[in-house]
Amino acid sequence: MKKSLGAVFRKELIHILRDKQSLFMVLSMPLLMLLLYGYAINLDMRGIEIVVSDRSLSPESRELIRHLEATEFFHVTVAPGGVSDVGDLFRSRKAQCVLEIPPEEGPLLLAIDASDPNSASFIQNYVTRVVSLSAGARAGLFTLEPRIFYNPDMRSAPFFVPGLIALILLLICALLTSIAIVREKETGSMEQLLVSPVKPHQIILGKVLPYTFLGFFDGLVILGAGRLLFRVPVEGSLLLVMAMMLIYVVTGLSLGMLVSTMAGTQAVAMLVTVSLTVLPSMLMSGFIFPVFSMPPVFQLVSRIIPATYFLEIIRGILLKGNSLADLLRPAGTLLGLDALLILLSIRAFRIRLE
Amino acid sequence: MEAKLRDSIVEVRELTKCFGDFTAVDRVSFSVGRGEIFGFLGANGAGKTTTIRMLCGLLAPSGGEGAVAGYDINREYGKIKGRIGYMSQKFSLYNDLTVKENIQFYGGIYGLSPRETEERSAELFGIIGLEDLKDKLTASLPMGWKQRLALCASLIHDPAIIFLDEPTSGVDPLSRRNFWKLIYRLSDMGKTVFVTTHYMDEAEYCHRLSIMKNGRILEMSRPHDLKVKYAVESMQEVFLASLKEQS
Repeated sequence: MKKSLGAVFRKELIHILRDKQSLFMVLSMPLLMLLLYGYAINLDMRGIEIVVSDRSLSPESRELIRHLEATEFFHVTVAPGGVSDVGDLFRSRKAQCVLEIPPEEGPLLLAIDASDPNSASFIQNYVTRVVSLSAGARAGLFTLEPRIFYNPDMRSAPFFVPGLIALILLLICALLTSIAIVREKETGSMEQLLVSPVKPHQIILGKVLPYTFLGFFDGLVILGAGRLLFRVPVEGSLLLVMAMMLIYVVTGLSLGMLVSTMAGTQAVAMLVTVSLTVLPSMLMSGFIFPVFSMPPVFQLVSRIIPATYFLEIIRGILLKGNSLADLLRPAGTLLGLDALLILLSIRAFRIRLE
Repeated sequence: MEAKLRDSIVEVRELTKCFGDFTAVDRVSFSVGRGEIFGFLGANGAGKTTTIRMLCGLLAPSGGEGAVAGYDINREYGKIKGRIGYMSQKFSLYNDLTVKENIQFYGGIYGLSPRETEERSAELFGIIGLEDLKDKLTASLPMGWKQRLALCASLIHDPAIIFLDEPTSGVDPLSRRNFWKLIYRLSDMGKTVFVTTHYMDEAEYCHRLSIMKNGRILEMSRPHDLKVKYAVESMQEVFLASLKEQS
């Protein structure tokens, strides 16, 4: 009965191609989301307010200040006479950190407002670096020379954009199929299908297949946009990225399909799909917060989230140049997840009315 | 009884369907002969659709037994599906597909090859009269033509029996008449037609008729015999009289 599968496939393809409005939405929405999130989620800091209290007034101290001013990271205010109350500067938000250069030889004093600990650690690193570069002459006081791998400028885009691809692709693909079955229930065409000898697997596969093309195309669009607009590197094989994307697209589609077989209305299906994909993928996949720093329970949860595996894969290939051999575990897990979700959808498909 | 079984294409005994506490179909028994036009007359909620859905394998019966096209409705409903045609109350083809695409789809899911579908639909279009409209988008067809298209789709695999659940609801009187001409034509071709309706004039067109109320069959006979029995002129009067007698 290959004919039945082919018939469902062709029919779905016509649905997709004929509905120009939805097609436009499906193709433009991921791009729009990438632009919105890509520019909004930006951890690169610039214009940090730093007050330098220069009580040394030496050529070395002036050189140090020039170095600080030369980066976009800091906005420098020099207080030649010294600062009377650091706490006051912090409370009034006039400065996020104060660097004090003593009149005589001795260690520099750096006060940081750590109410935002994340920025604080950035500032600490940065000042340490600048100081160590500029005042190398100073008797080797600061000899720290950190080396940073994979993302040497510590830009956040190469970290976030692959994550966004994982997030957007899962959401879009799951949404695509989430209404595929329930729509037929709502319009009544499901009854006509159920009275025919067509089998659940023919309906499920016949519907997933055409959407795979669409989802894959979406994946290419956001990958291309990430490369062009956010200068995300592609260290590894582009072909491998695409192959992995194909596996991941099917994960999203089959997740949506499972929701669709069980939901009663299109509205419910879409709501469930969004809450199943967006929040878990955002919070617990390692998209922003590293999985290893989560409480053990959340670490367990992260293991059933598809985005966790795809993040490992896509960051691995794009940033580190991982090959397939490095990614067998996450890739295998995703493939297994695909098979499981499709099987569950077929099992959940009711061939009789209730 | 044995001889009757061979001639009948539908045969049910004590067929029952409950939804929770509500009994939608209450121990109905009947048989339908090959080539017969068998009608179910009744108000909305009388249990006509539920009965048809059980016969088509869409709903599992709560009780009773029966066979459709030679297959047991409790155990072999998967096999029944390939042998019957079904047209639901609500128009349920795809509006964004053309007439031809809809037919090709249904041919495909019934396992017909594109060529078989092509030949079969050419024949059906000839009878039903859809040839000129085959490239039109289904959404653009008037209701009467949509019903004919649905009929065509349900006949694509050449079933022995076709179940029509209120096929003419929402269709203008002229289209209804034409649709019944088609039903007669199908009957002449040897097809069994099982049809539900709440139109009295249509009830008159059936070879045999059963009147349903609250899940039970009140009367089952030829329209003419029913009129004689109640000594009235029209089916309308038969219908009202039978309901009155029951209550």
